Amino acid sequence: MDTITLTALIGMASIITAGITIAVGCIGPALSEGKSVASALNSLAQQPDASPTITRTLYIGLAMIESTAIYSFVISIILIFANPIWTYIITLK
Amino acid sequence: MNISPDQTVYWKYGFVEINSTILTTWVLMFVLVVASILINRKLTLGLGRTRWQNTLEIIVTTIIKQLKDVGIDEPRKYIGFLGTLFIFLATASVCTLIPGYESPTSSLSTTAALALCVFVAVPIYGIGAKGFVGYLKSYIEPTIIMLPFNIIGEFSRTLALAIRLFGNMMSGTMIVGILLTIAPLLFPIFMIVLGLLTGMVQAYIFSILASVYIAAAVRSIGN
Repeated sequence: MDTITLTALIGMASIITAGITIAVGCIGPALSEGKSVASALNSLAQQPDASPTITRTLYIGLAMIESTAIYSFVISIILIFANPIWTYIITLK
Repeated sequence: MNISPDQTVYWKYGFVEINSTILTTWVLMFVLVVASILINRKLTLGLGRTRWQNTLEIIVTTIIKQLKDVGIDEPRKYIGFLGTLFIFLATASVCTLIPGYESPTSSLSTTAALALCVFVAVPIYGIGAKGFVGYLKSYIEPTIIMLPFNIIGEFSRTLALAIRLFGNMMSGTMIVGILLTIAPLLFPIFMIVLGLLTGMVQAYIFSILASVYIAAAVRSIGN
């Protein structure tokens, strides 16, 4: 396979994978964050004077759930902007 | 487009280079240390406290209360490490208000270094509190089958700490950069405000997670 086709293939695969990674990787965290906020609102309605504890635990839980979405985002950013295979393949000529 | 402040190099000689991350980190450390020394020179117990001493007291007592809530029974032994972690990360993300500043935590080097500090600190505090054998026994805690999972868990949560902080801070700066090419007038300001909020929350999360790990390593089962 000649270098031009290989370069084009690697570029195409990187970009398509980056898009799919971030799209699929955000579904799970978004759904779980919705569920956790809903249950936090439920417990706030039942016990309003436990509000500081509930709010703090909610924020900690949201940040933990968010971090899986951040993992997918980091991978797709690496694929687009700091792709090592791409930097190697464009030095071959 | 450079995705991290590691790529802004100010001075280079051989393989030693001073880049924006190193310079910003040292400037932050210098500012925090000098401010603390200046405030601590005139501590009083009476009613005539300066407002800087009041600010420091608020910060210290809030952190002590948070550490007690998390499960550390003697917060004063660990507040040196955990409090510094929180204050450094909070200052690093609040200073994004200064124009021309790029937070050192948006580079994987800084966050990996901080996560490694936590990774090393947990066994040190655990051995200090429970003794060498007592700490090693905690790896076999529920049953001995959990030993490989506990060890893998140590490494994976260190990695998660580093990547979580890095991803949050880098995505904030990157979104602002991209928005500047699309809608430069008012929209980036909202994203900068959001980045400020995320930065403070992530600083809190990092230090709370570090204190939860230390609390788990230090707490003996009898409590």
